[in-house]
Amino acid sequence: MADENATTDPSSTPTEVADKLVVRFAGDSGDGMQLAGNRFTDASALFGNDLATLPSFPAEIRAPAGTLPGVSSFQVQIADFDILTAGDAPDCLVAMNPAALQKNLEDLRQGGTLVINTDTFDERNLAKAGYKANPLEDDSLSGYRVIKVPMDDLTKEAVKGSGVSGRNTLRSKNFFALGLMAWLFHRPTDPTIEWVEKKFAKLPEVAAANTAAFRAGYNFGITTEATKNTFEVKPAVLRPGTYTNVNGNTALAWGLIAASKKSGLPLFYGGYPITPASDVLHELSRHKNFGVRTFQAEDEIAGIGTTIGAAFAGNLAVTGSSGPGIALKSEGISLAFMLELPMIVLNVQRGGPSTGLPTKPEQSDLLFSLYGRHGESPLPILAIPTPSEAFEMAIEAARIAIKYMTPVIVLSDNYVANGSEPWLLPDIEAIPEFKVEFAQQPNGPDGTFMPYMRNVDTFARPWAVPGTPGLEHRVGGLEKDAVSGNVSYEPGNHQLMTDTRAWKVANIANDVPDIEVFGDNDASVLVLGWGSTYGSIRAACNRMQQKGTKIASAHLRHLNPLPNNLGEVLNSFDKLLIPEMNTGQLLKVIRAEYLIDAVGLNQVSGEPFKVTDIEDKIAEMAR
Amino acid sequence: MTTPSYTRRDFQTDQEVRWCPGCGDYTVLASVQGFLAELGRPREEFVFISGIGCSSRFPYYVNTFGMHSIHGRAPAIASGIAATRPDLSVWVVTGDGDALSIGGNHLIHALRRNVNIKVLLFNNQIYGLTKGQYSPTSEVGKSTKSSPFGSIDYPFNPVSLALGAEASFVARTLDMDRNHTQSILKAAYEHDGSAFIEIYQNCNVFNDKAFIQLTGKEERVHNRVDLEHGKPVVFDGGAKAVVMRGGEATIVDSSSVDPKAIVVHDETRQDPSTAFALSRLSHGPYGPTPLGVFRNVERAVYDHEVQVQVEAAKAKLGEGDLNALVRSHGTWTVEASSANGG
Repeated sequence: MADENATTDPSSTPTEVADKLVVRFAGDSGDGMQLAGNRFTDASALFGNDLATLPSFPAEIRAPAGTLPGVSSFQVQIADFDILTAGDAPDCLVAMNPAALQKNLEDLRQGGTLVINTDTFDERNLAKAGYKANPLEDDSLSGYRVIKVPMDDLTKEAVKGSGVSGRNTLRSKNFFALGLMAWLFHRPTDPTIEWVEKKFAKLPEVAAANTAAFRAGYNFGITTEATKNTFEVKPAVLRPGTYTNVNGNTALAWGLIAASKKSGLPLFYGGYPITPASDVLHELSRHKNFGVRTFQAEDEIAGIGTTIGAAFAGNLAVTGSSGPGIALKSEGISLAFMLELPMIVLNVQRGGPSTGLPTKPEQSDLLFSLYGRHGESPLPILAIPTPSEAFEMAIEAARIAIKYMTPVIVLSDNYVANGSEPWLLPDIEAIPEFKVEFAQQPNGPDGTFMPYMRNVDTFARPWAVPGTPGLEHRVGGLEKDAVSGNVSYEPGNHQLMTDTRAWKVANIANDVPDIEVFGDNDASVLVLGWGSTYGSIRAACNRMQQKGTKIASAHLRHLNPLPNNLGEVLNSFDKLLIPEMNTGQLLKVIRAEYLIDAVGLNQVSGEPFKVTDIEDKIAEMAR
Repeated sequence: MTTPSYTRRDFQTDQEVRWCPGCGDYTVLASVQGFLAELGRPREEFVFISGIGCSSRFPYYVNTFGMHSIHGRAPAIASGIAATRPDLSVWVVTGDGDALSIGGNHLIHALRRNVNIKVLLFNNQIYGLTKGQYSPTSEVGKSTKSSPFGSIDYPFNPVSLALGAEASFVARTLDMDRNHTQSILKAAYEHDGSAFIEIYQNCNVFNDKAFIQLTGKEERVHNRVDLEHGKPVVFDGGAKAVVMRGGEATIVDSSSVDPKAIVVHDETRQDPSTAFALSRLSHGPYGPTPLGVFRNVERAVYDHEVQVQVEAAKAKLGEGDLNALVRSHGTWTVEASSANGG
């Protein structure tokens, strides 16, 4: 099999073929582990594996070197079939220093492969990592296949002659590790070398050093026959088509640009830097040739403020943030709701409350999205299940916002935002357009304009943008007369307007797809999820089915309003399990809406669910 | 397109104006409506955005596009309009509490960016809509409902603040003086970029006669310092003059100095130091106080720059192509045959 592809096995080391493998790169936050992981991922994607990634990094930019809080890691699962998660336990761990080993070893499966940079295992680093004895010198690693590599020395040696000198030579050691992993896992080398040459085109000595280190790592594997066998995961049998590897933040930004094209509205994004939402701002700001206008506001409040202004002015207006920033935007979102202007509010959730766990995922803003505003102010809420689906969810949010003249909340989280997966590219031309028609003519008696006279089907009010003759009108946060939009304090009018606004949003249920059930319709347990738990839930259900347990699952993309058929679906199963990365928020909603005694599986550890945890819970309930 | 012919009535709405009788806001409203009518620009091209407070009801009474928004946020909302619609004339109506307290951050950042918005700050030195608490421009010692023992808050000088934020147009006027107000509005309208106008506005219910030194028949003769571009800064019928001493603007008897030493006002001076020095002549309308345009300089306008970047990106990269965008990170193709083979 090795001769099938000349780039995959140039050595004589035997190859073990696996259907899936989980690899984790771990090192100091200055060691370039995210970069190494991303390069490994891209090479795997181009090779044709299915994959899913889980980056994990500290909130500190550079925590003290060598310490446990400074450890940064990147996990990727590669497979020859359609996988759904980044994997529970790594099969291979790269540990660039003692702290990385200390923090990650417990996750490595027994018998797994351990690649260790031995040069960092000195007394000082061992002490920083809390080791009393050097694990390389006792038998604490005897349960693993250990590949000991003096990476610092070998990297320094490799980059000689590149023009890089002094301490900078060690900056290429992630490429050494990457090269060794490319050998160990039969990854093609060309994509990485091409990437380096392009990325560092303006720094030829850095490009030369990284390439040299990468090749040295690869050759180290060949010449030392560093392990008794290498691993290969064949290309996955995926649906035919063109794929790219994409993370959730990027797919979301691209989806917003697509929505701009399909609606014919210029895209405006008003945001303030915040982890993990900033990458949406970064990505959009690169694409001004699509007419995108990004506005880095002075604060979160100005982020929603400028977005409201841009919506009033006739743009596809978007603001994005994470929990603490959304809290600051709350008053502005209520105004946007009252004005009935279309816009998208993106919340890339992270561990909370307050600053919480800024670089870790959590799903704890669902109730905040439903109820975190003053007054009666229901909003449509969508949630993104997988990185690539962010693209279509952005378009769906824009469609709803414009059709119903309302702000729409889109929930992502750090797992979806920074995790990546292969994405079967859609036929761009086939995505339906939803061209916007602004109001052009007065709609009231005697040539007057009634800004709150509604469409009889959608209850949307007309969108009349400044610059349109004859449609001059005033809107505001004060309660408005139900038709003229003039300020009104009439008791009956406020009741009517409150009911109307709520009804308008509730009616969107007739315009969202029914929820689908996967698995066995005659199962006793239905697993219901939303957002980034999609992969873990589906994987757990697949495994249960393989074990012979009947199980069904369903995943919500529309969280408000809920799909019309949801109650019927939920009531058709004996038991309902709702796994969430919070303390039971959808659980509360489902219990309140449908009076169903659902069971929660709840976790707020800052980590996605392990598939086995969901499996165990299903097994317990299905008994 | 022919220039529309408007009268002040064309800029009035059918809404009943609900300020207290005698409020200074009425005069400013009339000044603005009259000024808009004279411009002859199509009505639909104006947008008035306000925050919260008495003056922020203003948009309801002006027959253009308008939004009565939330407390302090009008400059941000207006920035979102101006940054995307350079074809519009965008105005912000705000008050001392709205612009300088709850919305202070948005104000200084809009001025810093030089977004093409015109900010009318109605300064009555009191919270009127909440019925009489001291504001960020109330004088120290002011006795109000929330400061029965006198305010211990040191007040802002709004003109100094705007100059400190490097606003490209800064002026001060007075509600009672319609001609002066309209001349300042016109200069602000013609200015390309942010314009900041502090309007001393009398609240006859909670802070009556706060500006008596500038409005009283007797008092104003001695205290009103009219800044006029290219002219020496003199007042009190020519008896008093302003000179620079040790970097500070100082009031002297005109007869005591060489006429050449008297400051000749230059609103176009790029360096804001002299304008700032003039703004320090008074820290509130309690003695000789300058009115007029302090600063009127050209610098890059945010909305233009936004447009320039978009056009430059299109020229360099071509009009955005979605198919190319989603392929920009590299792609691979799974052939139908391999799927069948699997």
